[in-house]
Amino acid sequence: MRVNWKTYNPGKFFDEMISSPGYARKSSRRLASYLSSLTHEELLEKKTAAELAIKTMGVSFTVYSDAGNIDREWPFDIIPRIIAAKEWDQTSEGLKQRLRAINLFINDIYNDQKIFKDKVVPKELIFESTNFRKECLGIKPRYGVWAHVCGTDLIKGDSGEFLVLEDNLRVPSGVSYMLENRRVTKRVFPELFDNDYNIRPVTEYPTQLFETLAAISPRRLKYPEVVVLTPGVYNSAYFEHSFLAQRMGAELVEGRDLVVIDDKVYMKTIDGLSQVDVIYRRIDDQFIDPTVFNKESVLGVEGLFKAWVKGNVALANAPGAGVADDKIIYTYVPKIIKYYLDEEPILPNVESYLCIDKKQCDHVLKNLDKLVVKPANESGGYGMLIGPQASKQELAEFTRRIKADPRNYMAQPLISLSTVPILSERVVEPRHVDLRPFVLQAEKSYVTAGGLTRVAMVKGSYVVNSSQGGGSKDTWIVDDA
Amino acid sequence: MLLSRVAERVYWQSRYLERAENTARLLSVFSTLMMDLPPKTKLGWHSLIEISGSTESFYEKYKVAQERSVMRYLWADNNGYSVSSMLVMARENARTTREIMPTEAFEHINTLYHFAKDNSLIGEKPGARHALLEEIIVSCQQLTGLLSGTLSRDDTYTFIALGRSLERADMTTRIVDVGSGNLLPGLTSEDSSQHSLEPYENILWMNILRSQSAYQMYRQHVQEIVNAKDVVEFLIKNPDFPRSVFHNLEDIKAMLKTLPRHGKASTQVNKALRAVRSADIAALLEKGLLEHIDLMQIEIGQIHDKIAQTWFLPQK
Repeated sequence: MRVNWKTYNPGKFFDEMISSPGYARKSSRRLASYLSSLTHEELLEKKTAAELAIKTMGVSFTVYSDAGNIDREWPFDIIPRIIAAKEWDQTSEGLKQRLRAINLFINDIYNDQKIFKDKVVPKELIFESTNFRKECLGIKPRYGVWAHVCGTDLIKGDSGEFLVLEDNLRVPSGVSYMLENRRVTKRVFPELFDNDYNIRPVTEYPTQLFETLAAISPRRLKYPEVVVLTPGVYNSAYFEHSFLAQRMGAELVEGRDLVVIDDKVYMKTIDGLSQVDVIYRRIDDQFIDPTVFNKESVLGVEGLFKAWVKGNVALANAPGAGVADDKIIYTYVPKIIKYYLDEEPILPNVESYLCIDKKQCDHVLKNLDKLVVKPANESGGYGMLIGPQASKQELAEFTRRIKADPRNYMAQPLISLSTVPILSERVVEPRHVDLRPFVLQAEKSYVTAGGLTRVAMVKGSYVVNSSQGGGSKDTWIVDDA
Repeated sequence: MLLSRVAERVYWQSRYLERAENTARLLSVFSTLMMDLPPKTKLGWHSLIEISGSTESFYEKYKVAQERSVMRYLWADNNGYSVSSMLVMARENARTTREIMPTEAFEHINTLYHFAKDNSLIGEKPGARHALLEEIIVSCQQLTGLLSGTLSRDDTYTFIALGRSLERADMTTRIVDVGSGNLLPGLTSEDSSQHSLEPYENILWMNILRSQSAYQMYRQHVQEIVNAKDVVEFLIKNPDFPRSVFHNLEDIKAMLKTLPRHGKASTQVNKALRAVRSADIAALLEKGLLEHIDLMQIEIGQIHDKIAQTWFLPQK
């Protein structure tokens, strides 16, 4: 049995591959007809090949559970997701614009605080944010950039246009899977990677990341010492830390490999101590230095924060950058873009209601069963309420929580996420997706060609997080022609 | 710049892989050897447990050392001595040093680990065993070749090579130990002296050579008929055979010179080399070979201690 696009039914959702039964969108036509030229057995063979490749390559992620940590192989669907080049170029500009504005905003918060004086963003919101670090006031990182690496989650609703769901400015992860997905897909569908289709390569990300990090080195060396700081081998994203270090040719260090002497950071090598210039830290602010933040932290390095304040080492992302990935601040980003850049936002936000605003809060409480409620500072999809799918108990619980701490909540209408085809056991079926592109900024900006597509493997589900049963796909930016 | 922690991990990854390979070699050769020896010899599966240095732990779990229990113990059990558990540790060390190793190297080790895991039950079956063990041996050799062809000759490579050579030197002494000490006196039949086992001595030493892939090289370079003195001498003192104790110590000596602050470790290697050079095998076979091998093992162990003290322990 072959794939029949006439029986493929995305229902009321916007499908990115098929525009109406049997008809593929322009940029997807070649892939659609190629897929229907294969028998289901051939497709399953490719699926098996992909699973074997992932097992061999050791692409894994860690799931924390009561029974201990389990290293799981990366869940992957072989059918690539396609985005037209023209659309992507526009989106890319929007992402760069957004991060530029966000960095101006963070730098302003910790220095001149003009945006408060001009009453665009209320001061209290910032000072009450759990990711605001008063220790960072008065610090000016090079280029005024605080968030050097940003993972922005994009979704498509009914209109088929990209909307920004959230900005991840602390330690966004997933980029290694984007790169590995491409490696697997090249093994599975080599026949599609010819010049006609013109699939944009993704491989340059590690080089771009290294350039970004090297650009912020305090010592102007030709080869500054760049390291990746990981919480350790049992962290859920350890695979990625190790992957990026390898691809950049940087050392992968744990806190215990580093030591601060006279406000300079050194790593312990077989040749004694060696000075470190740039730390791409994959540890949360709170854990980087027990003398300043969480005193219990054994992951960090004593004296690291002071070394950074003194300008002897660069940290990416800078401590305190997370203040802007608060979901309440998110709602202000369109205003922030206008304020600092005097430009219209290229990428729209999802419509949002702030519970701290009395009127909006009433609306939220009245329509709780229709909305998605998010806490300000959780990630990974935790602590959320999906109104239309919630029980009465859950709704009551969230009503209580919102009333107790309105600052900590915002709500959005449930966006009908777009769908793309996945290969399920017997047929090709639509599933919901989102997209996490990665944006870099130092002297220059860079956006990945596409990003990490996460897909809800369960029929009808909107949950795309790998920790909660989501999978992923390769993402192709292709010419329309 | 190689981090101390990473140096330690690549060193152990290499040691575990070498140990896995050597254990596979022993299992393979032993299986063949047992087919040639009369059933009543004292030389039994128990000897394999002794070589691996796990007697106590083995008898905690099994009553008798026979083919099935020993194969299970040294092939699949999760005990720190089996081929499988060494591959688990090698993979864990490789997984946590992926950032500095060629991509193919991790993938190779990972595949090997999955291979052993997927075949954990097959090791007990005599029919499938040979192919299985062969795969392990060949895979380990392939990795050495892969690294030799893809990894720059930097400190990472040095620590990998150090781990391999040190493990080899140590393992060779253990094998000689078994051949000369544990087995020879036992090579008399349990029931009186009517069957002398002397004819089997030749088979035994031949298999000991084979376990180190040394039989052919021995024939080519020694030419003497296979006998205790020449085999022991070959495995301990031959300068050219890549699995001899002497050869590996010389390799270690040369590698150490490329590392910073190698003084203490180098001094210790010279001490170990003296113990090897000074060994008069013919005389020792008459008396005291066991003690001398013990001495060599201690010196080799000390090399490890010096390496760890100099490069692995984090400085302040």
